[in-house]
Amino acid sequence: MNGTGELIRLALRRDRVLLPAWLSVFVLLAVGSAAATEGMFPTADSVVAAATTMNGTPALVAVYGRIYDPTSIGALAMLKALATGAMFLAVFSIVVVVRHTRSDEETGRRELLGAGAVGRHAPLAAAMAVAAGANVLLGLVTAAGLVGAGLPVAGSLVFGLAWASVGLAFTAIAGITAQVATTSRGAVGLAVATLGVVFLFRAIGDTADVAGPRWLSWLSPLGWGQQFRPYAGNRWWVLLITAGFAVIAAGVAHLVVARRDLGAGVLPDRPGPATGTLNGVFGLAWRLHRGALLAWTAGFVAYGVLVGSVAGTIGDALSSPQTAELFRRLGGENALTDAVFAAMFGFLGVIAAAYGLQTAMRLHGEEVELRAESLLATPVGRVRWASSHVVVALAGVVVLLVSAGLAAGTVHAARTGDLSAVGEVLAGALVQIPAAWVLVGIVVAAYGLAPRLVVAGWSALAVFLVLGELGPLFGFDQWLMDLSPWAHLPKVPGSAITTTPLLWLLAVVVAGLAAGFAGLRRRDIA
Amino acid sequence: MTAVISVSGLRKAFGRTTALDGLDLTVRAGEVHGFLGPNGAGKTTTLRILLGLLHADSGEVTVLDGDPWKDLATLHRRMAYVPGDITLWPNLTGGEVIDLIGRLRGGLDLRRRAELLDRFELDPTKKGRAYSSGNRQKVALVAALASHADLLVLDEPTAGLDPLMQAVFEDCVREEKGEGRTVLLSSHVLAEVEKVCDRVSIIRQGRTVEAGTLDELRHLTRTSITADLTRSPDGLASLPGVHEFRAEGTRLHCHVDTDHLDEVLRALTSLGVRNLVCRPPTLEELFLRHYEVTA
Repeated sequence: MNGTGELIRLALRRDRVLLPAWLSVFVLLAVGSAAATEGMFPTADSVVAAATTMNGTPALVAVYGRIYDPTSIGALAMLKALATGAMFLAVFSIVVVVRHTRSDEETGRRELLGAGAVGRHAPLAAAMAVAAGANVLLGLVTAAGLVGAGLPVAGSLVFGLAWASVGLAFTAIAGITAQVATTSRGAVGLAVATLGVVFLFRAIGDTADVAGPRWLSWLSPLGWGQQFRPYAGNRWWVLLITAGFAVIAAGVAHLVVARRDLGAGVLPDRPGPATGTLNGVFGLAWRLHRGALLAWTAGFVAYGVLVGSVAGTIGDALSSPQTAELFRRLGGENALTDAVFAAMFGFLGVIAAAYGLQTAMRLHGEEVELRAESLLATPVGRVRWASSHVVVALAGVVVLLVSAGLAAGTVHAARTGDLSAVGEVLAGALVQIPAAWVLVGIVVAAYGLAPRLVVAGWSALAVFLVLGELGPLFGFDQWLMDLSPWAHLPKVPGSAITTTPLLWLLAVVVAGLAAGFAGLRRRDIA
Repeated sequence: MTAVISVSGLRKAFGRTTALDGLDLTVRAGEVHGFLGPNGAGKTTTLRILLGLLHADSGEVTVLDGDPWKDLATLHRRMAYVPGDITLWPNLTGGEVIDLIGRLRGGLDLRRRAELLDRFELDPTKKGRAYSSGNRQKVALVAALASHADLLVLDEPTAGLDPLMQAVFEDCVREEKGEGRTVLLSSHVLAEVEKVCDRVSIIRQGRTVEAGTLDELRHLTRTSITADLTRSPDGLASLPGVHEFRAEGTRLHCHVDTDHLDEVLRALTSLGVRNLVCRPPTLEELFLRHYEVTA
């Protein structure tokens, strides 16, 4: 453990921008949801009506969980924030932990420090301490913000606790995956896959009837987050489960550290082929990205199946105008089923954009980690080399969204017996493509013109998310919300596909790629 | 002999840091050229400009009769490069990387590839993350040496190799020269340059401070003399051209400027020589002097 304090200081220094930025977005999301939803439900009756409709709509229960007290406006207001916030907090914790453990080890920075008086356990302990501290701080600030927005004190504290607990659980899970996988990409991938599985556990458990597998929710850290039931019973004791899990999982991670060599994972390296069949940069790019794309596709198919199986079971009557208003804000314009599909694909579109973003950012990684140098010293041109990764990013986005759309459409059609639904649902997934591609365009433009700013891709995605989530709640000006590519997508299925905005988005993508490639041809290679 | 690489007045700055400040370099066809300089002298920056990875701010650069920035693809077909800092893809084997780079460059001599793997004792089935830095270097060396390139650009290629492997490398470089290829070898390992290079350019702080054959360079420098005399060497220290004079009784050691050698030797013989060792300075001594003079 020697040196843990020093490493914590180092991590805080390295993350001095990242941590405060992330934390503010979360607090803003919570406070924004609280402030905006309250005004929408003026009477106690309207709250009950909305909550009952939500609980009676499996599609919404699957995505956001249940409302455990239909009379509580807090539970209604914070339902969406609790669920989506918990997901993003899990991702945040995973990124922080892996960044300060496996990434450092993979790049050799850990060895540089290891020569100093740094104990074997120190890097993992420091990384988990930073992530855990950030989660606890976030929980407290969020609770304070919610109280400030007018919600009850006890419920607000439990809400903060619920968020922090999910973050803590994934801090510990990432601690383990960072020991098991030998690359940081692998460690993040394993932890995110775990997140996907426990999301499905909670979704299936929450939508199950009394005789069904409701216990599945209790196997999921996301389920625990829900079971804190903020503003609807305030079950403090769930903390015993989440804290217990975090402590045990962190202990397991430390046990693995004690047993493995620096740089190694749990599984030994097996020898590979002595000769290669990779024929060029496109073959190489496919080889580098195929594993991740396969895993992402599996996740998208699973989500599509879930969406398809619950979307059609929406309660047929809208019991109050407020509920209708709520659904309208959640996504669609016409039939409720269509609205649910449109809203869910909107969510998938953002996730697909994250895939495209990350894949395109590999260009920068390959350059600064000096792997591009060997390739660019061959007759391969820069643009050709860059295209190899960009093509995977663009095509990968298509593969993901088509898989999810086909899965959702097929399952939905099988349930309703209406085959034409496949095409309509698929169209809902397809319209997301241009918006997701915009992020790839932004990353490539940044990479070619100002490679240091390439992480701005993530900031752009965060800004678009905030605009999309908070814009309608706060009533932002239209021009501001129009900055997000998602603001221009037709709500499909449900309304007609308008091609003009899609073509404009494609034009933005092409411009971004062209600018990036032109910049890359002119600048120095790092 | 024609010049394969000719560089004059090369300048390159990164922000406010000047990396190259009017560098000159000429490499003739078929020679092994040593490119010497301390860390941070601008060796890697120069090589990366020769490969078209960096754009020069000003100066003339011609490589294989082309402009490395404009004629990139054409030139790269005839060049092979071993970077100084090598990172491999963690999940690709060394063999796969060698073949990939070979194919990108337009083909690999498979017989030579097998022979090199054997001589460098490199296991091509290991994954990139499992190689030590020396073995990563071997992967890049095999890929470069098994290519059909006319010009090999090697950036401190032996930094991670053990002495046995360095000897193998030196043999390989001689074979390349024997086949008529041109080699530009950057290094701060002087012994290596002395063993394999025909001509040398020494750079410091982005400028060429010396260039020529090893003999020519030594010509400009001092001779190291160790002598045992019959009498005590009084008065020798004050002779012109004598440096770093040390005496213990009748034993003396000094460096002598080459153009004063004659007078010093006369003075020595007049004192009665029992034993005399004269040797050209090692490149180390030559090198150290260049750094110290301007430091």
